[in-house]
Amino acid sequence: MLRAFAAALRRELRVAARHKGDWLLPPLFYLIVVTLFALGGKPNDPQLAAFAPAVLWVGALLSALLNLDRLFRADFDDGTLEQMFLAPHGPIAVVYAKLSGHWLLGGLPLALLAMPLALQLGVPSAVLGSLLAGLLLGTPMLSLIGGFAAALTVGLPRAAVLLPVLVLPLIGPVVIFGAGAARAAAAGLDAAGPLYLLASLLVLGLCLLPLAATAALRNSFD
Amino acid sequence: MWTWFHRLASPPTFYRLADRFSPWLAVIAALLIGYGLVGGLVLAPADYQQGDAFRIIYVHVPAAWLSLSGYVAMAAAAVVAIIWRIKLAECVVVAIAPVGASFTAMALVTGMLWGKPMWGAYWVWDARLTAELVLLFLYLGVIGLNQAFEDPRAGARACGLLALVGVVNVPIVHYSVEWWNSLHQGPTISRIGKPSIVPAMLWPLLAMTFGCMAFFAWAVLQRVQNELLIRERRSAWVRNWRLEREAAGNV
Repeated sequence: MLRAFAAALRRELRVAARHKGDWLLPPLFYLIVVTLFALGGKPNDPQLAAFAPAVLWVGALLSALLNLDRLFRADFDDGTLEQMFLAPHGPIAVVYAKLSGHWLLGGLPLALLAMPLALQLGVPSAVLGSLLAGLLLGTPMLSLIGGFAAALTVGLPRAAVLLPVLVLPLIGPVVIFGAGAARAAAAGLDAAGPLYLLASLLVLGLCLLPLAATAALRNSFD
Repeated sequence: MWTWFHRLASPPTFYRLADRFSPWLAVIAALLIGYGLVGGLVLAPADYQQGDAFRIIYVHVPAAWLSLSGYVAMAAAAVVAIIWRIKLAECVVVAIAPVGASFTAMALVTGMLWGKPMWGAYWVWDARLTAELVLLFLYLGVIGLNQAFEDPRAGARACGLLALVGVVNVPIVHYSVEWWNSLHQGPTISRIGKPSIVPAMLWPLLAMTFGCMAFFAWAVLQRVQNELLIRERRSAWVRNWRLEREAAGNV
């Protein structure tokens, strides 16, 4: 099982290394969105730092949506995914590997990129820790929910329009607690509470959402 | 019991059964809603604190209850559709979504209209309000997903999966006023035994609630019937049904 997972993950990373545009574009998009937000406000407005957690979180969500549609599609269209589902280890290792790959190449760079962007928005350095911790716990959740939605819509021609509508309502609690942790830290409170809630959401998602995604992919095959 | 269950789940049997029951549901809904509206909007005394504005609960509370219980019903139908692959349950999932979405929208709009004179704002970013809004988005997601599929069976099962994942939101809406310090007032009716409301206000509210339930069930049944006819349009029973209606002269 673990070997199947590792092999599938290695394949994901190798494919990604050959299509650099796919995973370089979301961070670039993130950079531009946050910059435009700062440009839209008053120059050097101290209010900007107060809104920074929300901007950084929503920007990360939107950027991660960009390459979600491609998560299963290429393998689904050429039949590779169906073959992988027939493998003796079953489909679950493949689904976990795909979701992990999406996080390693999508969520993790975005979470790290959020740090310089936060400094750009004038977030005090004491808040950076809880912001990063929140994003590190929250972006995997985005890959999980997004992967489930991508699996639901993999056989559809206009999935790219539908995906945000399916993902964004479900991701609501993650944004609330994630940005909440950063806001608590900015107010000088303990950020541990929201972070624990975020971690428990992640555990729940890690256990259940790959199963739901597998069922959704199966549904798309027949 | 299982054979009975299977017979009930077969489209032609269910279609005929629904034909027989839905007029009754319509009559019950009309009577109860009629009594509830007159009793609630005219006869019930004004609230000592909120004046006449409290009367919006006669629409708001049933709509909010049904938005939640409708979602639970949709998720239950989704479980049946996914595990046993029963066609009827798939139709029920698809049929509940638009009705539930309209009740959710109604709960939100009436709540906003009430919030302006009472709280001084149409909208506050409060746990219960936000969760109800998310519920509306979930319903709309199910509707959108279903329309995107060409194969209705695959579409209904995809909707079922989405409904199941979204079901985490239901307890959040329901308990939000107890878990968080919310601006939304606490429950008035759910205390079993002695509700904190006078009978003249209570009876119309209960009538409205059961009337709306009957209306909800009626609307869903109509949709399920149409859905069944569309999906089974090539089958023998639909052809016979058509011939019967043509013979009776009402097509």
